This record gives sequence, C-alpha cells and structure tokens, in this order.
Amino acid sequence: MPPAVPRTNVPAMRQTLPQNESAREGDSAANSRYIHIRDFSFFYGPKQALHNVDLEIPEKRVTAFIGPSGCGKSTLLRSLNRMNDLVDHVRHTGDIVVNGSSIFHPDIEVIGLRKRIGMVFQKSNPFPKSVYENVIYSLRVAGQNDRRTLDETAEHALRASALWDEVKDRLQESALGLSGGQQQRLCIARAIANNPEILLMDEPCSALDPIATGRVEELIHRLKENYTIVIVTHNMQQAGRCSDHTAFFYLGKLIEYARTEQIFTNPRQKQTEDYITGRFG
Amino acid sequence: MSAATLDPPRPAPRSALLAPAPKRVAGEAKIWLTSVGLALGLLMVAGLLWIIIDHGVRVFWPRRVVQMQLKSDSPFEFQGRKIIAGSIVRHAEKIALDAAAIAAAQARGRRPKEWQIYVGNKDAWGQNFIFVDDDAVEAITRPADLLAIERIEYGQAIGEPVALQPKDGAAIAAGDPAFAPKLAALVREVNARRKEIEHLEKDEIGDINAQMERIKLDQKKIGDSAPRRVAALDAIVKTLQGQYEVLARTAGELRAAQGGWTLAYRLPGGEERTMPLGQIVSYYFPNRLTLFQRAGWFARNLRVFLTEEPREANTEGGIFPAIFGTFVMTLLMSLAVMPFGVLAAIYLREYARQGFFVRAVRIAVNNLAGVPSIVFGVFGLGFFVYVVGGAIDSTFYSVHLPNPTFGTGGILWAAATLALMTVPVVIVATEEAISAVPRGMREASLACGASKWQTIQNIILPSSIPGILTGLILAMARGAGEVAPLMLVGVVKLAPSLPLDTVAPFIHLDRKFMHLGFHIYDLGFQSPDSEAAKPMVYATTLLLISLVIVLNLAAIVVRERLRQKYKTGAF
Repeated sequence: MPPAVPRTNVPAMRQTLPQNESAREGDSAANSRYIHIRDFSFFYGPKQALHNVDLEIPEKRVTAFIGPSGCGKSTLLRSLNRMNDLVDHVRHTGDIVVNGSSIFHPDIEVIGLRKRIGMVFQKSNPFPKSVYENVIYSLRVAGQNDRRTLDETAEHALRASALWDEVKDRLQESALGLSGGQQQRLCIARAIANNPEILLMDEPCSALDPIATGRVEELIHRLKENYTIVIVTHNMQQAGRCSDHTAFFYLGKLIEYARTEQIFTNPRQKQTEDYITGRFG
Repeated sequence: MSAATLDPPRPAPRSALLAPAPKRVAGEAKIWLTSVGLALGLLMVAGLLWIIIDHGVRVFWPRRVVQMQLKSDSPFEFQGRKIIAGSIVRHAEKIALDAAAIAAAQARGRRPKEWQIYVGNKDAWGQNFIFVDDDAVEAITRPADLLAIERIEYGQAIGEPVALQPKDGAAIAAGDPAFAPKLAALVREVNARRKEIEHLEKDEIGDINAQMERIKLDQKKIGDSAPRRVAALDAIVKTLQGQYEVLARTAGELRAAQGGWTLAYRLPGGEERTMPLGQIVSYYFPNRLTLFQRAGWFARNLRVFLTEEPREANTEGGIFPAIFGTFVMTLLMSLAVMPFGVLAAIYLREYARQGFFVRAVRIAVNNLAGVPSIVFGVFGLGFFVYVVGGAIDSTFYSVHLPNPTFGTGGILWAAATLALMTVPVVIVATEEAISAVPRGMREASLACGASKWQTIQNIILPSSIPGILTGLILAMARGAGEVAPLMLVGVVKLAPSLPLDTVAPFIHLDRKFMHLGFHIYDLGFQSPDSEAAKPMVYATTLLLISLVIVLNLAAIVVRERLRQKYKTGAF
C-alpha cells in the first residue's frame, strides 16, 4: 500500500478513519472495495425503502445508480454521508464501510464524515452569499481563516469545476446571480473545496439544459481522476456516458450491478433490460 | 383503445353559444360581501385617520380672534358684559335644549345654532370656553388690535394692549411707536432669563443636590466607624451648601427681574388688567397676521410641541419627554425581546424533539399573545418591580433604603414587561421564518461538514432575518401603543428628568418616564380642563400614530433590502 497522501484541509478525518488512509495515486492501486455496502436495509417508519443491498464501489471510478422513481437509489446515496440522520423516524440494518471503517461506528463523528464525503444535490442550492464565500464555506466552518489558503482553495476548486474563467471577476458578487448551470457547478466546487475522498451526486443535471449538462458531465469525467464518484441519475444516456459501473435498483432492491457497458449492452436481468430500453420507468 | 375516445369534442350547439350570459353567477354574492367588508374596514380607518389628522394639524395653526357684539335685547350676557372676544372653536347645532326651545325649533323648522368660543383670560373669568347662542349675536368683527398672549399660567390672555409700565419711570402707551419693538425686546429678554433660571435650578442646583445626596449616603454607609471621614464629608457638604446658596440667590434675583416690567391690557368689553412680563411666553396679533406669518407661527408651534416640555398640567407646551420616553422604552423593549424570542424559537424549531410537550409549549406561547395586557402589567409589578427590583435594591442599593431605586416602577421594568408581552409575536414569526428556509440550504451546509449550530448561525438565521424583523415590527407596534401595563410599572404624568442625561451614569434605567399613549389618556380623561386639553389630545394621537407608522416603514425598508439580499435561488 502506498504511503498516505498528506491532506491539509481536513484534520478531523484522520482521527475518525485512521486505517487504510487510502491509495490515491496510481490507477492500478485503486481499491475496488472502497465503499462496501453490506446487507443494508433502510426504513422510513414502517415503510422499508431498501432491502438487503450488497454493493462494492471501487475507488476513483464513477458509479451510477439508476432505477425508476422511488426505487431507493437516492436513499442509499444519502445514507453514504448519513444525510438521512436528519429525517425523523428512520432506522437501518446492515452496514456501510468506507475505506475499512463503518460509517455507523459510534466513534465516527458525522461532521468529519461529511467533510470526507462531499455531496451535490439535485436542485442547485448555493447559499445567499458571495461566490467566494460559497466555495470556501466548508473551510470557514472548519475554522480555516488564513486568507492565502482560502484564496488558493477557492481558485483550485473553481478551476476544478471549470467555473474559474466565468466567475473570476465576480467572486464577491452574490452566487444567486449565476445561471442555473453555473450555480450547479458552483455547488460542485463547494463540495470539492473540502478535498473530499468521495463525491456523491444526486441527479446533478436534472434541472439543467443540455449544454450545462454536457459541461457537468465533462467535469465528472475529469474529477474521477481524483475522486470516487457516486451519481444518481434518471438519464440513461448520462449513466452510459459518464459512469464506469452501474447499479440498477427496483423497488428497494439491487437488481443488477456490473460494468456500465455490460449493463447497457448485455444485461443479465430481464427487469434491467426492460428499464434501460424504456419499457417501463 | 376504442375509437370513440379519439373523437374530437363535439362543438356546442349554436344556440347555447349565443345565449346571453346569466346575470347571476353562482357565488357572486359572496364576492360582493367580501368587497363590502374591505370597503367598510377601509372607510373606518380612513375616517379615523382623517379626524385625527384634521384636528391634530389644526392645533398648530394660529386662529383668528373674533369680537362678538351681543344683542342688547337678548337675555344672554357673559359676566355682565355684552362684548366677548375669543377664537371660534365650533359653530354647530345647539346641544342642550329645554322643552320650550325644542317646541320653538320645531315650529321654525330648524334647530338653533350656537358658537363655542375660546375666550381665554381664565384668571379673570374662571373659565376658558363659553357657548353663545347664534340668536344672541348682533355683529362679529375682527379688531386688529386684539392681542393674544401665551402665558406660563392660565392659558392665553386675550385683550387690547394699553401700556408697558416699568417699575419706576414713565409708561409707554400702546399707541406709541416705541411700544411694539420694546415689547418684543422685553419678551425676548424674559424668555432668555427664564431659560437661565431653569438652567440654574434644574441643572446646577440639581447637580449640587445629587452630590449632597451621594455624600449623605456615603456618611450613612460609613456610620460611626470613621468619625474623621464623616467630618471631612460634612465640610464638603458645607461648601456645597455655600455654592447652593449663591446659586439660589442668583436665581432669586433673576426671578425678581422677571417682574420688572408690567403690561397693562384691557379685557374685551371693559376693565384693565396688568400682568408682569415674566408671565409671557409669546404673543401675537391674530388678526394682523399675513398667511406667511401664520405659517411661521404654525412651524413655531410645531417645534415647541415636539421639542419642549409640557406646562400647565400638560395641556400647554410640548411633549418632548413623552416622545423621548416612548422611543427609549420601545428601543429597550426591542433589545430585550429580540434575543429572547429568537433564541426560544431556535430551540423550539431546531433542537427540541417535536412531540406532545413542544406542541403544548407552542400552544401556550400563542395563548400568551392573547392574555390581556393589564395582566402582564400586574405580573411586571409583582415580579420585576417587587421581586427582582427589591432584590437588586437590597443587594446593591441598601444604603438608599427605605427609598427604592429599582424596587419601584421604572423604564427598565416597563420595557421588560412589554418584552414579555410581545415575546410570543417574535417567537411565532421567527419560527415561521426558520421553517421557511429551504431544506436544500440546510442540507448543503451540513453536507459541507458544518455542525448544526454553524448551519443555524451561517445559513438559517441570515435567511430568516426578514421574517424575524416582521415579528419585531409587530412587537414594536404593539409595544409602542400599549398603555395599561405601563401604568403599573413606571409611567408617570410628569417625569422630572429624562432616562438619558448628562449626569453620570448617563443611562438611568430606574427612572420613571413619560409615554405618548399614557399622555393621551392623561390629557383627555384626567385633566382638570379637558376642553382645553382636547387639541393636545389630537396632536399627541397624531404623533403617536405617525411614530408607529415611521417605525413600521423603517422596518419594512430594512426587511425588503434584506429580502433582496437573501432571496433564495429561483430555479
């Protein structure tokens, strides 16, 4: 295992997930069981949303969750950074292991966990602050106030999300003045400013026009060099274009999980085939 | 799929299309009802505002003075004379009629009218207002020589000037060309002197009194333990006493100088009277004023009303202490109610586990808003004044006892009582504003690794400020207009000093204060001469309403600006 890469911005994380700090450089060393979802079931009150899901998500790859509405793919995604903690009356069974540690372990600090696992939402949700303050929000709440670090991080994150050239002259203007596509890329920049290991994307392009969608997909393609990306999408073409692996969910069950080419060209399950060929969903 | 469903909808028969629309559409009556409801409400509000603005503004406009010659054959006379002079208050149908008069009125087909006249000269006549029957009036004139004099006591004097009489020396008759400039100069002089006396007595002597008071308290504290220090303090008291005597003597001399000149004037229809010039505040010839001069008097009266202290049981002079008291109290109340209400709402909405208990608390808070305000006044008196204030007194101000410092009504307790009364408004508004922050914003912040408190502080509170301000506006509007609880916890008819002044420690939260709402009540219903106080009631009401409107407008402007700033992304 290669030596741990020093990570400057998120000191809390190392305490919470000490082992197996990660194999981040070199594709060959990529961990194929980076996220391990084990026999995971999820309940909203009496209603079961996920049934015994078992899934291994590889490092530095794009994994797409597809499936009809209400199939539980978003629930699973939101379980990965424990966003579902915010919902009342929920419970789960099974476990999710990220890089060797269970995210539900009592010693895990959920704030540190969320710093390691960034998230981009379906509806772009920039804060009513300046573009600059939006990008460095995660650093601000982590107590980082060094002007140079903040400036460098902001530029780096904005460049990484291909937004720098468009907003570099209006960093101090309100983020709400950006266009829809720019806002969504700003949200991505905000998520990666924290230098997370994993990026969760919940239908990031569902509210964007085709051009903006194209730019975000291009971005996803570039980001996978450094981040493990899990994306939920309703758009088959998108899943086909930008993911390496695809998981198909139906009625809370994982039906099929394979390399994307295989899912789209030669699915093993009848339900998968019906869905991706548009017979239902 | 059956073919039938694909049939295009059949066009309606021609006759139906051409038929006239029914006159009554179902439900139209209710629309009409709602508009009537709104119209009635608007009418009432507009009527109220019109009456208040009309009467309130007119107070400051200098009125003409008329002279009425009464018919010699009429039995009506005023204190044995047939000539009266004064300003017209009203000319309307007679109110009090006996049976014979009613019969006569019916026979003639119209009710008799009467004049209400402000005759002034209360010192001479014992009353300010008289009613004169229309039928008794022979002629109405406006003599240019009539002088209206505003005095520090007894309201206006109305009469013809006769002469200016110095203490010793020759009088200047009113016909003399030197009369007018001399009178003007003398009135300026007495007013300046009056200010000086006031300054001497209130500020300088007040200062010495405060120092002596402090020394006496020190001596009381020291007791018999250190007789030498007590003696030293006694010596200081003695010097202060000496200073006091000098000041008092100066003030006495100034006072005596006020009586140096006297003005002789003739009452309408007869005898001559005199008054020392020291009595005069201002004077004018009402029937000689041009429009511009009247506008000037209007501005001056308005300025006096807004900036000066009341005189004569509050019916004359200004209402500055009441404006200031209302303002400071409302400010203190806002300072108290804001953090209190916002923090409570954050806990209720964000941290408390939603369930039976929180629901019960919420219902209780809402009900609190409906509790009669006097109940809060009683609570404020019992809890803030007696319990909290009493404890403060016995801990920090024990040397002052038995004189209470905080253990009696004061502006701090009034503000606290009103804060308690208005806190439900702020809680409800804040809760609504917090719950209106989009869920996505919250999640985005948490997903960035922010803690819950950081999310509240950085995202939720800034976004809900417009809503919180709305709550504060409502609270302020209610608090500024509230009177009943204040009467128990610190409002007074006449406060000797303002809650802020130049005497250390500058902010005196224990002081009693004046309040516009109470001022209205006091003027209108507690005043010895309610007829004379009526204009002030209207003017004060107008001012209170304006103050509330200004407060509201200011808060609305602030809110709209913030709303622009924090409006959430639209898409």
